Amino acid sequence: MKLIFERGGEGQSCTILPKCDVPELSLETSARKKELHLPQVCENEISRHYTELAKQVYGINHGFYPLGSCTMKYNPKIDEEIAAWPEFTEIHPLQPQETVQGCLEVLNTARKYLCEITGMDDMTFQPAAGAHGEFTGLLLIKAYHQSRRDTGRTKILIPDSAHGTNPASAVMAGFQVVNIPSGQDGCVDLEKLKEAAGKDTAGLMLTNPNTVGLFDKNIQEITSIIHEAGGITYYDGANLNAVMGIARPGDMGFDVVHLNLHKTFAAPHGGGGPGSGPVGCKSFLKEFLPGLQPREEEKGLTLQAPSRSIGAVKAFYGNFLVVVKALTYLLMLGKEGIPQAAENAVLNANYMMHKLKAFYPMAYPEPCMHEFVMSAEKLKREKGVSAVDIAKALQDCGIHPPTMYFPLIVHEALMIEPTETESRETLDQAIEAFCRVWEKAQEEPEKILSSPHYSGIKRPDEVQAARKPVLRYRFLAGAEKE
Amino acid sequence: MNHPTDLRYSKSHEWVKFLDDTTALIGLTDYAQDALGDLVFVNLPEEGDSVTAGEPFGDVESVKAVSDVYSPVTGAVGKINEELLDVPERMNEAPYDAWLIQVENITEKQELMTAEEYIRFYESEEE
Repeated sequence: MKLIFERGGEGQSCTILPKCDVPELSLETSARKKELHLPQVCENEISRHYTELAKQVYGINHGFYPLGSCTMKYNPKIDEEIAAWPEFTEIHPLQPQETVQGCLEVLNTARKYLCEITGMDDMTFQPAAGAHGEFTGLLLIKAYHQSRRDTGRTKILIPDSAHGTNPASAVMAGFQVVNIPSGQDGCVDLEKLKEAAGKDTAGLMLTNPNTVGLFDKNIQEITSIIHEAGGITYYDGANLNAVMGIARPGDMGFDVVHLNLHKTFAAPHGGGGPGSGPVGCKSFLKEFLPGLQPREEEKGLTLQAPSRSIGAVKAFYGNFLVVVKALTYLLMLGKEGIPQAAENAVLNANYMMHKLKAFYPMAYPEPCMHEFVMSAEKLKREKGVSAVDIAKALQDCGIHPPTMYFPLIVHEALMIEPTETESRETLDQAIEAFCRVWEKAQEEPEKILSSPHYSGIKRPDEVQAARKPVLRYRFLAGAEKE
Repeated sequence: MNHPTDLRYSKSHEWVKFLDDTTALIGLTDYAQDALGDLVFVNLPEEGDSVTAGEPFGDVESVKAVSDVYSPVTGAVGKINEELLDVPERMNEAPYDAWLIQVENITEKQELMTAEEYIRFYESEEE
């Protein structure tokens, strides 16, 4: 497609931008060596540009999006409507607190509800997304050990099924990572965990249900092994959608939690978000929380920094409007709706898994939580059709491919998370598409290997893109004026 | 798949070529490069760094994932294969020429397999 720079032409303009209401000032001309290359387009060309962009993408508004571990649920439009209220959008982060009591109430109420759901005592909304939340949580763990002058705790234990962000965040926070292998059942190997836990353990990071879609039945034993060793337990909230309103990380023995409001609590994600990765903690860690926390006082809500805060991890209050969307979602679903959403997420995943297991080998055959993992390893060996080929063929069926090659402990993994917001009809259509692709792979594997046949972009050269990335658009010769 | 008989193999899919009793080259097996897919990046230690048997000394990145590479021996890094930093695809094209590091002063080694044992090992893992 054409870029906006390639549309329009010299002298074209439009009136959609309001008149500038501040005086214009010329900059020193010597500072700029070249004239800026800005698009010159009229209104209909701009409109066509955005329509074309929308045609190039595939989102939850186009169809089924079972991207495992990402919880691509439908984001209700009412969230957008409320977040667009001028009372929320036309404020300034530095305006006097007494003039934004409603906004502080949003933060305070969202904090209370999410603490209730996670079993935590306090929460910050500063982190911008999941990995940022992980990093923040690890800084809390670090600050806690340092405050006790317990300086020998340098290691974070992480199961091998974890999201790659976990070890990355731990290294960023200055810890060493110890990899804990999973057992045959996909859960943490308790013996290996006991061997690894000790005086140098700062903490454990765990996702539960884990990335193969199973609830670790030993969870309380796992968290007590870490506590007995003097470590802190961190819950990666990536998969909270399966248990929200039903099981609480705090009750499982976790001390720190991050949530992804843009997954579990229905704020849109992908394409730059913005996201929100609030971090909750038990009361013994709350004095270390970053940023400013709302406090209830007689005169109303005020913002105060925790006494031994690790400092700010982002400007002001995080992505406030994402919190507005999450609170809207929480209030719309209510106390009954939240666990119902989780139950339906688990039901939908099990329905698909049950229907597909006659075709695709399941990595772990027992009933799953909100997602499940299939393996194309046998298919690859027998027919040369691998997970990526299945994914490409599914594009031709009009559905977004599942997550591939993750978790790493399953070879040729395809990870499916249908979410609760899809109807049985949609699931049945998707199941049929998966089965069609499977049959095609048996009969005419070459058709699968050459797919997608109908999408605008076929198979981008991922290898060249990684080895020799082109990160900057080069204008056509002559387009940039000297 | 090709697994030369003069090399020794680890369970984490590295090959070891002993140049003498205390010096060895280490690389990724044909099976490993095939499973990982096209490699696009490699992260190697520095000369003089020490490596420990059973512990990662670097990582390789494919279009699918980043994976640790484990050292089958304990010793000091004598040389690294700098060519791979620019041409990581060498590990796909010629896995047994594309050594990653040369370890010297080897004091300890893991239990290693012959080519025949290694083939039996990964075939049993696949089942």
